[in-house]
Amino acid sequence: MTAEASRGGDAAVEEIEIDLLLEAIHRRYGYDFRQYAKASIRRKVRQMASTVGVQRIGELIPRLLHDQDLFGRVVGTFATPVTEMFRDPPFFRYLRESIVPYLRTYPFVRIWVAGCATGEEVYSLAILLREEGIYDRCTLFATDFVDPVLRRAAEGIYPLRSMKTNIANYLQAGGGRAFSDYYHADYDSVIMDASLRDNITFANHNLVTDGVFSEVHLVLCRNVLIYFNAALQSRVLNLFHDSLLHGGFLALGSKESLRQPEFAGRFADLESTWKVYRRID
Amino acid sequence: MEHGTCDLFAVVVIGGSAGGIRAVSAIVSSLPAGFPVPVVVALHQRGGEPPYWPEYLARHSELRVVEAEDKMELAGGTVYCAPADYHLMVEEGGTLALSVDDKVNFARPSIDVLFLSAAEAFGGRTAGVVLTGANEDGAAGLAEIAARGGLALVQDPRTAEWPAMPAAALRRVPRAVVADLHGLARDLVRFCGCD
Repeated sequence: MTAEASRGGDAAVEEIEIDLLLEAIHRRYGYDFRQYAKASIRRKVRQMASTVGVQRIGELIPRLLHDQDLFGRVVGTFATPVTEMFRDPPFFRYLRESIVPYLRTYPFVRIWVAGCATGEEVYSLAILLREEGIYDRCTLFATDFVDPVLRRAAEGIYPLRSMKTNIANYLQAGGGRAFSDYYHADYDSVIMDASLRDNITFANHNLVTDGVFSEVHLVLCRNVLIYFNAALQSRVLNLFHDSLLHGGFLALGSKESLRQPEFAGRFADLESTWKVYRRID
Repeated sequence: MEHGTCDLFAVVVIGGSAGGIRAVSAIVSSLPAGFPVPVVVALHQRGGEPPYWPEYLARHSELRVVEAEDKMELAGGTVYCAPADYHLMVEEGGTLALSVDDKVNFARPSIDVLFLSAAEAFGGRTAGVVLTGANEDGAAGLAEIAARGGLALVQDPRTAEWPAMPAAALRRVPRAVVADLHGLARDLVRFCGCD
């Protein structure tokens, strides 16, 4: 067998191992990663194998099936990675200048941050809404499917060294206060001000398997859909559509899009650079 | 603009770091409008720099130049540019995929991540090009492309603004095709142009 054919054969076997692993995880623990985008999943599964200390993907199967604690420790590999506050500052500026005025017309506003990971985006949103004077009218739902990650988001504790980037982003997004007003520093960590959490509900919700839990005015789901294959993206986008009030807004990541034909006539393009859409049906 | 299809190659992946914009532009501006193989480019960018280079490439090229978006379908006659601060990957079905996973060797986009995904998606139907740069990103990825029977090209380190990256790639893939920028463009047309 040539080296190339052998390489190809190894790759085919690895594909089988990955499929079996995802099937095992789904049947044992209920998490369904089977429709995640293949290239990303391959990377994450290999990373998991390295973390657990096995040579072959297939060896992960018995380890994870029989060791629930181990699974609990590594399942976070599949969750949305850590991000920064006010990531894509021009997007938050757009939110502040063009979406908040609409939200301001409602007596009560419900916002869903789907796939909130460790919470940086939720706190950014809370800060922005507070500065725009409508925070008290808002209920923010921050959801993700991994409990330990949600707990970290609820704690609101971040490394001090990350604040330099966060502050720069905040200023670029149109923030005018001293960002340090929003957190307390302690050794090498900061903790977000407790008042920012007043109207935030952190809850476990799995975009793959769960349904509509509230009708909201705004859904933020940025850089989460990129990890899903086309079929799963469709499922989730339909979920977002059904979770939005008529006229409600959907904000995706700047390199994602709602180009599927099934959504024509159901969403209008509001802002093509920042991928903000409005439910029109 | 009409472009044919190519049975030999499914994708050309190009990676560069310091000096990369000028180098990629020199190559892409020498490719004819009908170049049938999709070209995917990952360049390291210093943080805070505006991502103007796709526009720069577009002005100097007859090919269509776009910034890559998630799930975009690869087509001939087109150059796809990795957006800043995302990893860019190629999927087997001929679409692009993005991720915001951790940096790999301090880089996001990582050239290795792109090259490896292309090798896994298309095997021997991949052509990889490593250009100027001050680190060693791309060497491992190019080795994987070569291991699967794909075409490996490296900018001659003697002609590179920053020789370290192509030199590292050559150490990993000693049998890579080595040429200056115009030679690389010529080779791409010759091997992948499918005349």
